[in-house]
Amino acid sequence: MKPCDREREMNKQVRIAIVIPCYNEQDNVPDLYREILNTDFPPRYDVLPVFVNDCSTDRTREILKGLGATHINLPVNLGIGGAVQTGYKYAFRHGFDIAVQMDGDGQHPPGELSKIVDVLIDDLADVSIGSRFLTGEGFQSSYMRRVGIHFFRRLNRFLVGVTVNDSTSGYRALNRKALEVVNEYYPDEYPEPEAIVLYTVHKLRIHEVQVNMRERQGGKSSIRAFKTIYYMMKVSLGTIFLYIRLKFNGKHLN
Amino acid sequence: MENISIRIQILSIAVAIIFMLIIFRLIAKGKLREEYSIVWILCTAVLLLFSIWRNGLDVMADLLGIVYAPSLIFLAALFAIVIFLVHLSVVNSKQHKQIKDLAQEMALLKEKLESKKDGSTSAP
Repeated sequence: MKPCDREREMNKQVRIAIVIPCYNEQDNVPDLYREILNTDFPPRYDVLPVFVNDCSTDRTREILKGLGATHINLPVNLGIGGAVQTGYKYAFRHGFDIAVQMDGDGQHPPGELSKIVDVLIDDLADVSIGSRFLTGEGFQSSYMRRVGIHFFRRLNRFLVGVTVNDSTSGYRALNRKALEVVNEYYPDEYPEPEAIVLYTVHKLRIHEVQVNMRERQGGKSSIRAFKTIYYMMKVSLGTIFLYIRLKFNGKHLN
Repeated sequence: MENISIRIQILSIAVAIIFMLIIFRLIAKGKLREEYSIVWILCTAVLLLFSIWRNGLDVMADLLGIVYAPSLIFLAALFAIVIFLVHLSVVNSKQHKQIKDLAQEMALLKEKLESKKDGSTSAP
């Protein structure tokens, strides 16, 4: 590679889609949108926030339209997994280099984006996950949540031999190789821990990066107390069966 | 005794035939897909067989070593119902995925359409 080529390569714009699934997030969406626009990203980033409105029953749709933000309106409620996959499909088809998943409730500060994205730009990983637990800074989540996260860490390590400390974190970045995988299949409900199995079986390199997260600014977490047991069972079963299906049936998921 | 037995036999044959006619009618009207109708046609066939073959149940129970013949009915019926329910769950899961794919395609196309529309109106 000639020096001038390398320079061009270094200065090449990186197209990044920020996929933001939202369900009834009318109070959070305007702030988040403005915060993303006002964030000083590195100059080579070409960032586009893409909101996926999962058939909200409040005014999320009108607000997104009013803001002039790129948004995709799902005609029926698909749940978080289906909504995120819609955004990933958008990013994949529109030729984005990297897609970042960011929660619509303001938990994931846009200022931390470059931490997870740079790992992919440097080609150190295919999937990078923003973790709360690597150094213990920032908002640390509730006790029960941490117990669950600990359990999934063990399960993942047992099944695929990969240790992901914060397997429920939704602050993730995917490169095109990973986007190709999720374009085909993505878990439905509570998809984050299952997706790790999906990535590992497809031999994608996963990297975890410490990010500081905030407490939710409004709305409720999709994981509510009385649903915890259902959540644990669903995710455990989902993880185990996804592993079996991918491992023993080849990679045909349909 | 013989009389009652014949009466119930006539009744059960009649019911089986009516059931079969209903199934055929539903298929003919396009309200029941052929893939599901096979199960129901087999069901009516079994129903009809045992209403005509009066000792059939006892013979079958004897063959399988069941002392109380009517319990064979419950066993067979339960098996059939469970298998059919699993089949329906499979169909349901398949449709779930198809609906999800369709909804996503539609949303992505709508976004494309709308962004194109906005682009053409705002262009000088």
